[in-house]
Amino acid sequence: MKEENQEWTTVIQPKEKLLQVNLREIWDYRDLCSLFVKRNITTQFKQTILGPLWYIIQPTMTVIMYMVVFGGIAKISTDGLPQPLFYLSGICLWQYFNDCLTKTSSTFTANAGIFGKVYFPRLIVPISNVISNLLRFAIQLGLFLAVYAVYQIWIIPGQIHTNWYVLLLPLLVVMLAGLALGFGILFSSMTTKYRDMTLLLDYFVRLWMYATPVIYPLSTITNEKLRLVMSLNPLTGIVEAFKYGMLGEGQFSWTMLAYSFAFMIALLTVGIVIFNRVQKNFMDTV
Amino acid sequence: MATAIEFNNISKIYRLGLVSTGTLAHDLKRWWTMSVRGEEDPYLTIGETNDRSTKGDSEYVWALRNIDFKVEQGDVVGIIGKNGAGKSTLLKILSKVTAPTTGTIRARGRIGSLLEVGTGFHPEMTGRENIYMNGAILGMNKQEITRKLDEIVDFSGCERYIDTPVKRYSSGMMVRLGFAVAAHLDPEILVVDEVLAVGDAEFQKKAIGKMRDVSKGEGRTVLFVSHNMASIRALCHTGILLNNGHIQTIGKINEVVETYIGGKKDSNNSIYEDIAIAPGNDKIRIREFSISPIHGNIIDVESGIRINLVFKNNTPNIILDTTFELRTADDVIVFHTGKVLSPDGDSRKGFYQVTFDIPAHTLNTGNYTIRIWFGQNQKYILWGTYEHHFHIENTYTNQGRNLNNLPGILKPQFDIITDYSERL
Repeated sequence: MKEENQEWTTVIQPKEKLLQVNLREIWDYRDLCSLFVKRNITTQFKQTILGPLWYIIQPTMTVIMYMVVFGGIAKISTDGLPQPLFYLSGICLWQYFNDCLTKTSSTFTANAGIFGKVYFPRLIVPISNVISNLLRFAIQLGLFLAVYAVYQIWIIPGQIHTNWYVLLLPLLVVMLAGLALGFGILFSSMTTKYRDMTLLLDYFVRLWMYATPVIYPLSTITNEKLRLVMSLNPLTGIVEAFKYGMLGEGQFSWTMLAYSFAFMIALLTVGIVIFNRVQKNFMDTV
Repeated sequence: MATAIEFNNISKIYRLGLVSTGTLAHDLKRWWTMSVRGEEDPYLTIGETNDRSTKGDSEYVWALRNIDFKVEQGDVVGIIGKNGAGKSTLLKILSKVTAPTTGTIRARGRIGSLLEVGTGFHPEMTGRENIYMNGAILGMNKQEITRKLDEIVDFSGCERYIDTPVKRYSSGMMVRLGFAVAAHLDPEILVVDEVLAVGDAEFQKKAIGKMRDVSKGEGRTVLFVSHNMASIRALCHTGILLNNGHIQTIGKINEVVETYIGGKKDSNNSIYEDIAIAPGNDKIRIREFSISPIHGNIIDVESGIRINLVFKNNTPNIILDTTFELRTADDVIVFHTGKVLSPDGDSRKGFYQVTFDIPAHTLNTGNYTIRIWFGQNQKYILWGTYEHHFHIENTYTNQGRNLNNLPGILKPQFDIITDYSERL
């Protein structure tokens, strides 16, 4: 009977406790995560001619379009900053968030094939997506820095007041990633059974961009009520903080950042709990 | 021996039909009764037995119902049953792809699953990259894979292609590579579903050999699902026969396989009086078919077997032939042989009788199926519709004190001459 008392290493049950998320297991599979990241990056540009250059072409085109439509036609203020710099700073951050969100929101549906055959912690997939998108972000940030250098050195030397708050950038990126991950897994959990949400997502993300100070500075919003609504958006504080640190214009507020951070933690917790519940049975409904 | 896995009352319910508006209504009702009123899931009480072929009233079926058994450490368990009996569902629950509706599984050690080889292969990545990818998906870490890389490549037999994207591989090579990775996993419990059905003969042999090493030499527990009775028998010690989500039999592999195959009842010798509804088609109708012992009352190894067929031919002036195909329970063809009845193209309308004997001491004990094929001018005019199952009894004569069924398809009686002397 001695062996019988040996501990069971695996117990499979219909439902686990609500908060039982096996973070250790995710750590055990870290090699898989890095392989997924590598795969996402290397396979993205197979059989394209321009390859990673697309990462630069896309934001450039967007900036030109924004300059024409929002800057030229609609004449929306940029807080006195050069338009390319202003738009590019917003686009960099927004694009990263957008990529992570749309990619993770299809986690279950896009990976149904592999999930149906073998078990590994499902969270690995959205996490690896968020990490592999960092490469694209880094390249676009590089583009931004190049444009920034051109302005700071040659065009309007010394007129851009970069300050120490720029060092918050890593934290801002982590927060963006966390928010995107949280929303993404929440979405993907909700769409396994009812696909209605996927149709909504596209629209929702586009609206969200206009609710985030990407193409306009927060300072142009003078209506008090509208301002309150804007500040409920967890992205507002992040984007403004980056613009403030990098370009010296914008509205930096620790309160807003703290709000965004708390929002991210709460969202991630809820997201992971729901994701964890869904992952056990999603194969039956997907 | 210690218990490696314990299945405790495992059940799984599936909803049939489409996921659509009706689902939302059910979900709401379920939520209402379970969460708000704190009662049991209303849909769990109405599930039906999962019988694929009959139409049921309920949208919910039990893919598995009250599965309860233990697996000893180091045992190789074969899970058999008809399509839809719940074999794959059981393995899916064990490998955590989907959760059971009720019940618990407890296991000791890492569970590695080999549900379908090549899972997660990315067509654009090379063989080597995919080995890492696949290995990591199956739960290995990088060092582990690096350590075994040479062995894996060698086992797969794809050295030449190892740095080529797998989209250039033949499907067979893909399978080889996938199995090679999986076979070098080190879990204490290995779950295998129907993987040996693919690949060429040489590779299948290699794969079965590897599985045997895994269980015998390394003392790991293996759960194996297959429809190939020959490989099930070759690999497993214990068998579980699933039927409509229930365990029908559990025991020694040979007995379980016999029960499963015995499910095909011996056909009675049949005479069809009314030729119009006798088996066959417009060209051929079978009037009479019988399998009987030549000597004695039962068919055993020593009795010999007489096969007798009477059929009605409706097409005159063709080259008519009859072929008999004998298969073992494992679907191995023993013979496929026949006779041309009218080689000169002068067949007549009417009844033909065909009789032949399989001599005593030819076939071993076991279950057999005989199929009759009719041909005209080298084309089949009736085939596959008529088959006859029969059993050759083990009467235990002539094998000393051994009361078991001996292996082998043939059991010939050779004139074996023996001689003995104390010193040469």
